[in-house]
Amino acid sequence: MRSGAFFLIALAVGALIFGCARAINNDYVFFAGYTVLQFIVLATAWNILGGYTGYVNFGSAAFFALGAYSSVFFHKLYPMPIPVLIVFAAVISGLVGLGMGYLTLRLRGAFFAIATLALAVVLQTLIVNWNYVGGSRGAYVIRPSTVAFLGNYIQYLFLIMLVLAVVALTIARTIEHSSLGYGFATIRDDELAAEASGVPTLKLKLIATTLSGALMGMAGAPFPYYIGYLQPSSAFGLEYAVNSIAMPIIGGTASWAGPLIGAILLGTLQQYVTVTISSSVNVLIVGVLLVAFVVVAPNGIMGLFQSIARRLRHDRKPA
Amino acid sequence: MFSPELAINALVAGLLLGGFYAAVTVGISISFGILDIVNIAHPAFIILGSYIAYLLNIEFGIDPIIAAIIAVPAFYALGAAIYQVYYLAFEKRGRAALSGLAFFFGILFITEVLLILVFGVDYRYVQASYIDQSFNFGFINLPKRMLIPCLISLLMFIVLQLFLSRTFLGRAIMAVAQDQEALRLMAASPIRIKRIAFAISIATASLAGAFLIIIQPVEPSVGREYIGRVFAICVLGGLGSLPGTIIAAMLLGVAESFTATFYGPSWAPAVSFGILLLTLAFRPAGILGR
Amino acid sequence: MTANLLDVQGLGKRFGGFVALDGIDLTVAVGERVGLIGPNGSGKSTLVNCLTGTLGNYTGAVRFDGRNIAGLKAHQRARLGMARSFQLPRPFVSMSVADNLRIPLLYAVNARPGAHLSFGEISTRCSELLALVGLVDKAHQFPGDLTQVEMRKLELARAMAAEPKLLIADEAMAGLSHSEVEDIVALLIRLNERGITVILIEHIMRAVMTFSQRLVVLVSGKKIADGAPDEVIRDKEVERAYLGQ
Repeated sequence: MRSGAFFLIALAVGALIFGCARAINNDYVFFAGYTVLQFIVLATAWNILGGYTGYVNFGSAAFFALGAYSSVFFHKLYPMPIPVLIVFAAVISGLVGLGMGYLTLRLRGAFFAIATLALAVVLQTLIVNWNYVGGSRGAYVIRPSTVAFLGNYIQYLFLIMLVLAVVALTIARTIEHSSLGYGFATIRDDELAAEASGVPTLKLKLIATTLSGALMGMAGAPFPYYIGYLQPSSAFGLEYAVNSIAMPIIGGTASWAGPLIGAILLGTLQQYVTVTISSSVNVLIVGVLLVAFVVVAPNGIMGLFQSIARRLRHDRKPA
Repeated sequence: MFSPELAINALVAGLLLGGFYAAVTVGISISFGILDIVNIAHPAFIILGSYIAYLLNIEFGIDPIIAAIIAVPAFYALGAAIYQVYYLAFEKRGRAALSGLAFFFGILFITEVLLILVFGVDYRYVQASYIDQSFNFGFINLPKRMLIPCLISLLMFIVLQLFLSRTFLGRAIMAVAQDQEALRLMAASPIRIKRIAFAISIATASLAGAFLIIIQPVEPSVGREYIGRVFAICVLGGLGSLPGTIIAAMLLGVAESFTATFYGPSWAPAVSFGILLLTLAFRPAGILGR
Repeated sequence: MTANLLDVQGLGKRFGGFVALDGIDLTVAVGERVGLIGPNGSGKSTLVNCLTGTLGNYTGAVRFDGRNIAGLKAHQRARLGMARSFQLPRPFVSMSVADNLRIPLLYAVNARPGAHLSFGEISTRCSELLALVGLVDKAHQFPGDLTQVEMRKLELARAMAAEPKLLIADEAMAGLSHSEVEDIVALLIRLNERGITVILIEHIMRAVMTFSQRLVVLVSGKKIADGAPDEVIRDKEVERAYLGQ
């Protein structure tokens, strides 16, 4: 299926989902749904770098927060519509991704992973000390209560995140089926052999970090409007780092469908747990699931499906 | 406002801090520097060590450092168990890269959240006679709560260095990093050697945890600040070099101390992570690199 | 006078205090078949790694196809036309055998100025290569399912897929049977007849003697002989250092 067709089908599915949500007519659906959609974008973005090229980013929260804070910054400068803020966030996060990649991608994967952690903390410290965007006191972003055509503002945010999710998934799928996707896979499999085969590994890795960073920033851009009051601890929160890694690994890192499945399953599970038990138990469950999958089913849910399918095919063959 | 007394005290505090940081890092020097295992969950084990020292201190009035020494065998066993899982799940299958990192990342969070669930998010302190005392030489202030961990940390380093360079087991550990085949030919099992080394690295976390809770109050998320410090020191000092670790730890301690004294403590976390990024970008082999 | 495809002068490489290569001079003319032999640890693979750019920080000058390739990265040298197979096969494990061959076609061949291979053309070339090395029925299997011998063939095929001017085969025949060795030698000679210059690094003397027009001997990082195969193997120094053991 060509990318254009996929994009349209995904949009159609999205429109259907939006329609159903409006039919249910309960704001909670939009609030919870926004979070799940946000995770779809984050998980997909992480997977472009972590799953496809094998370079693990522990600092997803940094890019997400960068997107959120760039919105705060520009909003204070001059209030503008969210789609514009998303573009700014994409550019800023993308550039930071590029810069970080340039500094660290020449080193082994392990060093890159640690460097991403370092970056997250450095960024958080910078923001905590930057008073224009509120620093540690936080920043208020007044959310308009209604929007033309749609009514509730939260529905507008939901719709935006829905479109972002469709865009992210389409990008991931397009990469997967392109020569870029092949190149990424060689980097993951054997970088040395990839170079010897003509793959410009550094350039491709930089593309991955830039794209991944930009998408994460885009996911963060509407966040201040969603949450109303932005604090560094919430923007740089634990759950973004763990989830953006756990969701693709649990869903399956080999394809675009893995992060989607992981985000939907884990996202809804977490909504349920946070409401019924507590948010700490939430993170505990995600951590346990992550370790369990990584040890037992490293190819994730998608991987399990594929091996079951392969076994069925073998069983059907005559002996 | 800059005064020589302030600067010298900042320097001294930094060196003492550095001694402590070295203890925190030595576990990673072994697991990452020598065994090439990226155990980013190490700080979580240190915090675990802090809480265990806290428990023994509160319940039985035992000095935290003694408590940590009592706990060392348990940490050793924990380390051995974790390595066994890591080996079977990852090293054996050749997937150490992505999955191994995710594994330890998951353990980091599990440990932290379990501590939150059991102990809550309040800061915990230990009681010991020397915690509020200081030596004073003129204007130089040497708090005992910093001095004693620093000294014991250096002692621990000397012991470890002697172990690694003088004993058969220690040298086998150094060798396993470089040539597993040769080790096999010497009828030593590389896996057993690595397991012992990793167990030792986790055992050091017990002591480091005790040092931590002597120096400052501890709550579960404190570990995360140390991830950057630990790897910054490890990389700066040159992977696997114990003397390098001490030097790098002292440098970092002094740098943080000066930053906190003259610019404010809220900038301190950025110092270690910033140094890490710069080192990785420009001199990944570190100061005394292999 | 045929032009030199490869012109190496004074190539040196140290690892810390250990001198792996000590001032190697080597020229390879276009269309030559050169054999490179030497005891284990003599620096053969290090030489290959330096030439192809996998290892950097070497001293000396390397000219390939008339240009100075100092500072060029491995993938750039691959695009210029230098390909190598690895001594220990390094296949891309997450993709099929056929897709493994697709990579050099996509990234080395298609990146050359003027190249515009379509997806179909690439697939055709993959099939041709698979047929050449006898792996057609394994096209859709994964490297993990291949035998050692098949992996070596895949390794060689992948190097060939880059459509190089110079192919360096690093111990591609270890573990192969008598007839398989003959097949590979015949294959390499056929490639050479098509115009590809080949450097064959091998321990299997039979193959080296059959294949090489010129024989180079490396011992402890130094070149100790370079000439016609029959003369080289009778050289006293070579006998002492390598064959006499």
